[in-house]
Amino acid sequence: MPKIESVDHLTEYRRQIRAQRDPKQQQVLVCSGPGCLPLGSTEVAQAFQEEMQAKGLQGKVILKSTGCHGLCAHGVRVLLRPQEIAYEKVTPEDVPEVVETSLIGGKVVERLVYQDPVSGQTAVHKSEVPFYQGQKPLVLRKLDEIDPESLDDYLVVGGYRTMRKVLFKMSPEEVIDAVERSGLRGRGGAGFLTGRKWRLCRQVPGEMKFVICNGDEGDPGAFMDRAVMEGDPHAIIEGMIVGGYAIGAHQGYIYVRHEYPLAVKRLTQAVAQAREFGLLGNNILRSGFDFDIKISQGSGAFVCGEETALIASIEGNIGEPMPRPPYPAQKGLFGMPTVINNVETWANVPEIINMGAEWFAALGTEKSKGTKVFSLVGAVNHTGLVEVPMGTTLRQIIFELGGGIPGGREFKAVQTGGPSGGCIPKQFLDLPVDYDSLQEVGSIMGSGGMIVMDTTSCMVDVARYFISFLFEESCGKCTPCREGLRQLLNILNDITSGEGKEEHISLMEEICTTMASASLCGLGQSAANPVLTTLKYFRAEYEAHIRDKKCPALVCRPLLTYTIDPEACTACLACVRECPVGAISGPKKEAQRIDQDICIKCGRCHDVCQFEAIKVE
Amino acid sequence: MEEVGLLINGIYLKVPQGYTLLQAAQQLGVDIPTLCYHPELPSEGNCRLCVVEIGEHPRTRLVNSCTYPVEPGLNVQTHSEKVLQARRITLELLLARAPKAKLIQELAAEMGIHESRFKSEDPYELCILCGLCVRTCREIVGVSAISMANRTPGKLVTTPFLEPSDACIGCGSCAFVCPTEVIPYIEKDGKRIIWGREFELVRCNICGNYIAPMAQLEHWAKLTGEPVEHYFVCRDCR
Amino acid sequence: MMDVERLETILTQYEGYPQDLIPILQDIQDQYHYLPKDELKVVAQRLNVPLTKVYSVATFYKMFSLVPKGRHELRVCLGTTCHLKGGQRLLESVSSHLGIEPGYTTADMQFSLETVGCLGSCAQAPVMMVDDKYYARMTIDKVTKVLKLYKE
Repeated sequence: MPKIESVDHLTEYRRQIRAQRDPKQQQVLVCSGPGCLPLGSTEVAQAFQEEMQAKGLQGKVILKSTGCHGLCAHGVRVLLRPQEIAYEKVTPEDVPEVVETSLIGGKVVERLVYQDPVSGQTAVHKSEVPFYQGQKPLVLRKLDEIDPESLDDYLVVGGYRTMRKVLFKMSPEEVIDAVERSGLRGRGGAGFLTGRKWRLCRQVPGEMKFVICNGDEGDPGAFMDRAVMEGDPHAIIEGMIVGGYAIGAHQGYIYVRHEYPLAVKRLTQAVAQAREFGLLGNNILRSGFDFDIKISQGSGAFVCGEETALIASIEGNIGEPMPRPPYPAQKGLFGMPTVINNVETWANVPEIINMGAEWFAALGTEKSKGTKVFSLVGAVNHTGLVEVPMGTTLRQIIFELGGGIPGGREFKAVQTGGPSGGCIPKQFLDLPVDYDSLQEVGSIMGSGGMIVMDTTSCMVDVARYFISFLFEESCGKCTPCREGLRQLLNILNDITSGEGKEEHISLMEEICTTMASASLCGLGQSAANPVLTTLKYFRAEYEAHIRDKKCPALVCRPLLTYTIDPEACTACLACVRECPVGAISGPKKEAQRIDQDICIKCGRCHDVCQFEAIKVE
Repeated sequence: MEEVGLLINGIYLKVPQGYTLLQAAQQLGVDIPTLCYHPELPSEGNCRLCVVEIGEHPRTRLVNSCTYPVEPGLNVQTHSEKVLQARRITLELLLARAPKAKLIQELAAEMGIHESRFKSEDPYELCILCGLCVRTCREIVGVSAISMANRTPGKLVTTPFLEPSDACIGCGSCAFVCPTEVIPYIEKDGKRIIWGREFELVRCNICGNYIAPMAQLEHWAKLTGEPVEHYFVCRDCR
Repeated sequence: MMDVERLETILTQYEGYPQDLIPILQDIQDQYHYLPKDELKVVAQRLNVPLTKVYSVATFYKMFSLVPKGRHELRVCLGTTCHLKGGQRLLESVSSHLGIEPGYTTADMQFSLETVGCLGSCAQAPVMMVDDKYYARMTIDKVTKVLKLYKE
């Protein structure tokens, strides 16, 4: 790769690589995103490589491992371009047929395309699959197109064009102005106006300033940022260069959690490429602007998603948040003015500058502009990543794109915003999703996790789950969060194990109010949301646990009884082997019995039984 | 020095810029309870007892007064219902954590709480994790022999690896500053025992009374540049 | 006895600023599978930071361990989706198969069992990871099979 010395050189280089590429050339794009990777996408790509070699297709067909294609439920996904044929659930065994039928024969392998679970209708091309209809991909746009390890790929689709425009044709004020006019709000959770944050930081005097990308996506159930960091790392880098130029920073940090090893690798590689190519470093393209980026790895602490804790962590300290003011924009990393934005915010920046603030502001709702990426998971048919304009309703996302609830079960709630968010019930399904409307119903946008729950989920258990997660993750610095979570967890453990008392509900409400008002940082202030929203919308479930000692969803195990249906039992003894306490016994080749005195209600017998002989009440 | 005017409980006052809300309230004679605050130490806002309500109705919020700087025209309520409720619950939570801590019992009683409605995991616990000891050791003594370890579930104040610390000079400042008297400190027969380490006390060359551990005298000597022998005479005889 | 050279190869990659502490601990954790006490003392001296700081950092972050970890690190995801889809039961099954509670290591030092807040593969819940390999859509009857792949 040559070192690019000037603007003209960049233009010329881009022209060269474009000229070398034939848009009509056959491409095989194998998804290696967070959903497909664990399903064996590496093996699928490997199989294509070998099969294409065996059939003499190397050089004729381009094979790429790309970022997330979106519809994770049907992975491993393979996209054939330029035809846009979308194959699903591809295994290495399917590869020879795809190569033979599609790559050589030019036909479609019908059994590998999308099929509607209800109507049975098939969709061959990506644009015909209902999951993709209604989406508006800006941040995810390039993910199923480019090889994230190739800077050339990013350049071919127009990458670093915005950086060039900004460094040579725009003043820092103009950049901030554009971001402000676009109405972009931080995609990490609180939704602060990005342009205003930049302006505040620019106005603070100081020679040394920093920009930080918050890639510490710790919300359980969220993987939007992981997909972007793994699938389009240069977009983040380009966004940060633009932000650095705007506020007057010359050093950026990308803070990635270590639980995302591939994201760490891709970002490290992309930064090295950009530096080698001359897009990072001193006097970028002879613009006079210096900017470089360091990668900083998290070490397993959810609280480091909070900006002051993240800064403490980069500085080499424990991730304890600091009281504000001073805000990071005034006094942040190493005491210097600092702008922190999350991955998706940074990835939005190049497109906003490139297409114009007004174009972006035309998308979305009055106070929430643009699009939002959601990780749609849980009890929904089409789990995966979606990007929709702000203001799309929950119903559209869950039932149209998401294909509804599996197994014909009923929708119960959708949890948004991670542990700081809330559970939204059925009556709000037509809620247009934006920052303010979610807040009105007691939840938050958060980073974009959207976990769908059906009638098999117990809302008391969900609240207990989040509180126990937060208790483990709270830094322990301030009293309301540390002791409040401890006591909430005590109470919720009591309720879910049949020890609940009437007064527990008001006691929890008192703790929640104080945690929300008096905690030091956002973690503690919002930690009560899962409890408050479930208490508000699903109070009857709490009451069933407390008064009747029953879990209506059959989830809270101490409240359940497991028995064996002698009619259904085949005496296969799978449950006997699995039972950790030896509670199951019976005569040979006859139906088995569970001794209720020994049974610890772990439910593993139920999970291993192939014949539905274990009954739960 | 530039002054900032603000309202505390409806009373307008001017204080020097850079003052915290707590300092301003103190100037006015308003009593705000604190646990982790010490005028000689950097404030961290840990205990949340000193929270006050700021802003205009209905957009008010609680902030900790020990770190929040005065702002021109800011409207501050130090004893509003919202503040008192937060203080009550915070104290009740602390009482459940450290039921034997006298100071917490007293502060809670002042707010009408005589027993916590929450579960107590350790009936003998005294530590409220205010961090005064850690900050004193680090900022005033300058040795950093103790620190917090772990996160919420097992957070505690300790020496590294829960072992006697080489860095400790046996000065006992941590024990003196502790508001709930949780740090064991024994001085007997010319010995001082703290954090699991036993220190021999040096006697005064003149009167023969015990002064302090050798490590502490050496630390003084290092800080002041005086020879350590200078400290072999107690303050009374000097 | 401490292997001075092994630690040196890590330390020489850094300039010795206090902010190098966490990356250095990460390197030690990666290579040693835990943070040995003697090594931590050297790190504190070299970076000129109090040992208390090293100790509080080492006990704050979940990635670090002060006791040796097994040859294979098994992480069961307990993210929200995995929780709803039986992650806890998966954990209990793995735990009883290995005979250890989460956070512990088998006596033969082959396996360490950990839980993780979210691995980001929520669409394939429940998920677990052995070293760097993901196992998607796990069920209890798959546990034995997966563990067998790693047993000596």
